[in-house]
Amino acid sequence: MTSELIVFLVLSLVAVSSALGMAFSRNAIYSALFLVLNFVTVAVFYLMLGAPFIAMSQITVYAGAIMVLFLFVIMLLGAESMAPSPQALPWQRPLAFILAVTLAVESIYLVFARARLNTVITTPDIAANSMESLREMAMTLFNQFLLPFEITSILLLVAMVGVIVLANRQKAGHRS
Amino acid sequence: MIPVDYYIVLSAILFTIGALGVLIRRNPLIIFMSIELMLNAANLAFVAFGRYYEITGQQSFYTGQIFVFFVIAVAAAEVAVGLALIVEIFKTKKNINIDEMNSLKG
Repeated sequence: MTSELIVFLVLSLVAVSSALGMAFSRNAIYSALFLVLNFVTVAVFYLMLGAPFIAMSQITVYAGAIMVLFLFVIMLLGAESMAPSPQALPWQRPLAFILAVTLAVESIYLVFARARLNTVITTPDIAANSMESLREMAMTLFNQFLLPFEITSILLLVAMVGVIVLANRQKAGHRS
Repeated sequence: MIPVDYYIVLSAILFTIGALGVLIRRNPLIIFMSIELMLNAANLAFVAFGRYYEITGQQSFYTGQIFVFFVIAVAAAEVAVGLALIVEIFKTKKNINIDEMNSLKG
């Protein structure tokens, strides 16, 4: 058992248990903090796979910006915990558990029994985590994937306009 | 020396937990977080496959990473719009329980 495998197993234990904590904690704030922990562990996986730029953007965008937005909205709405609604379906939870277990078993079976890839991936040496790999990635992004990049920027612009329209709706209604 | 299957299985498990969270929780904010978890699981699979295809020499390493880059950008846009919608629903209904949102009429 190599040290890399031990690191992988420990980190995946942390990732899975923080994901379970996110899905099952009573308080939404705790859910958000568990999700931050999960994002940070996944960022370490990206480092192990030789993707330092993705790891850093994972931490700044996901664990930083997105989760702060989540915490802000949870505290703004006071939605930390929620009383059960009388309209809730009683059989929904057991059915959800059965379906989730089925999905997990199916996907694990398919990976191990059908799509056996038989390739080990090693963490690249320190040279791959250097500035040169970042330059290489930027060249790919701005040459081969320039059109998707521009479309993404339009998408972000549309999202921004949409949020402003949603936030301003009541004021506009008063004016007309 | 980690087989690429381990990363894919971990990604599948995280995706399943996210799907379970969407199905069992009643708080739309936690449902949103579960969707983020599912996107994250897909990203992990993308990066693992990118590394796999680099080692087998079939594809540039960076294709998978650039996909992840786009997924992160789309997730940021999605969260901004979704949270604005949740705040707007709270303003009109004074309640964000997902079971009470059963009509399209505001």
